[in-house]
Amino acid sequence: MDRITRYIISLFTALAVSVAALAANAGPEAADETVSASQSGTETPQVDIKSMLFGHIGDSYQWHITQIGDKHIIIPLPVIVYSSTGWHCFMSSKLEDGPYKGLYCAEGGKYDGKIVEKDASGNEIRPLDISITKNVAGLMINSLIVVLLILGCSRWYRKHDVLDEAPAGIAAVLEPVITFINDDVIKAAIPGDHSRKYAPYLLTAFFFILVNNLMGIVPVFPGGANTTGNIAVTLTLAVCTFVAVNLFANRHYWKDIFWPDVPWWLKVPVPLIPLTEVLGIFTKPFALMIRLFANIMAGHAIILSFVSIIFLTVKLGPVINGTMSFITVFFGIFMDLLEILVAFIQAYVFTMLSAVFIGLAHEGEKTKEEPAASEEGALMPEASGISEVPEAPGNRMAETE
Amino acid sequence: MSLLMPDTGLLFWMLVIFVVVLAILAKWGFPVITAMVEKRKNYISESLALARKADEKMSNLLKEQERIIREAREEQNKILKEAAEARNNIVRQAQEQARDEAAKIMAEAKVQIEADKESAISQIRSQVALLSVNVAEKVIRKTLATDKEQKELIEKMVEESLKIDPDTARS
Repeated sequence: MDRITRYIISLFTALAVSVAALAANAGPEAADETVSASQSGTETPQVDIKSMLFGHIGDSYQWHITQIGDKHIIIPLPVIVYSSTGWHCFMSSKLEDGPYKGLYCAEGGKYDGKIVEKDASGNEIRPLDISITKNVAGLMINSLIVVLLILGCSRWYRKHDVLDEAPAGIAAVLEPVITFINDDVIKAAIPGDHSRKYAPYLLTAFFFILVNNLMGIVPVFPGGANTTGNIAVTLTLAVCTFVAVNLFANRHYWKDIFWPDVPWWLKVPVPLIPLTEVLGIFTKPFALMIRLFANIMAGHAIILSFVSIIFLTVKLGPVINGTMSFITVFFGIFMDLLEILVAFIQAYVFTMLSAVFIGLAHEGEKTKEEPAASEEGALMPEASGISEVPEAPGNRMAETE
Repeated sequence: MSLLMPDTGLLFWMLVIFVVVLAILAKWGFPVITAMVEKRKNYISESLALARKADEKMSNLLKEQERIIREAREEQNKILKEAAEARNNIVRQAQEQARDEAAKIMAEAKVQIEADKESAISQIRSQVALLSVNVAEKVIRKTLATDKEQKELIEKMVEESLKIDPDTARS
């Protein structure tokens, strides 16, 4: 009990420090901007907070860690573009001193903050841009963590005999999580032998999202990239689920979409229900994409907004500023804890819904197997129990939405 | 709005990274773990089933043991009862035999006594006959001292004997 209390206290301290670090990270910029705002006179600080906020949530060609005095601590990242003059590959630090090989960062306009070049008529156009941006670097680091964690776990299983030893080290940490996702989510939603086929994808998606979510909360270098709060990332994940659902779906699934069990007039002259069903194929992964993106991005935005309050209240005097800072740090800790919870919940929800959608695409086969199972008598309650499972997460899905 | 527009470069890298991660983990990561967990789960459930079976066997053995003990006790009781019965029988038989023997001996003794008595009586009778003959001789000798008397007696005796045996007297 004593140890747990000590752990909790140290966790709180660590979180307070992390919030403080985040504040320090955001601080100089915001302060600078406030100063510049007060110099320009008419502008309100909200605009600066907004740009700071979007700077943190969005993507960039370099990894800005912090600023000490006037010195920015920045990790330059490689820029890879295919412009009108061919392939270019250079570090982003070269862009700081004006255009490099005709390429420069756009300020304002359609391509604000992106690398652009000028065509013959002087319009800004975007070259094909596959730079290793902050988010790409973050994804790479997080993916490396995921791979190392899981391979470390599987290595333990390769080296040890599970029948003789209880899992230790990383295997002991990950095994309950893997077992939980595999048994309670994947096997519960996907009927029969198919669950084995889809388990690697769903587990990978779960750990990929979880680690990216958690690393996004960490404010200092290896973390802090808003990866799962970026729509490109969630889009890719949603497309993977879309492919997994529709590519291997059975006849029953397609029959339910194009010729569902509804009165004939709902589908013959005007294919009302089939149209809705076809739309449903796309809205399901679309909802997955938006849910994950919006949840994580909103979490980042809220934490950053809380931290910004400190710098917004500087003008109001030390007493209010101090009080607000205290409240802000308190709420920041609260939000950070909430975000840790959300990080897990969103990874879980994404995996569960993907599993449910995949399960629905294989439902028909199960109904074919069921009568055979019920003939055996003893298996019947079990089979009916399984058939209820996909519905339960479906209800929960409705609640979360 | 830029937040809602997926960036091509990020999309490309995300796809590459995710597919690589998926490939690596699907090949060397999760199947190994899930297979091992499955294996252990099966092993545990098998062990549990075995343990349950052993437990059942054990309780059966205990029951069997109890049954055997009970039977042995019953057997013991039965044997004891039988032994007591046998003892009683033997004693009774011995008593009966002894009684019979005693009765036989008694009977023999009685016969002997009877025979002895008979012989003693007959001896006494012959003795008495001898004595009475002697006495009669002496009495007769005394009374027949005179001839007259002798004659009288002879006549009397002849008469008597005729009376006693008329057939012999007629012939």
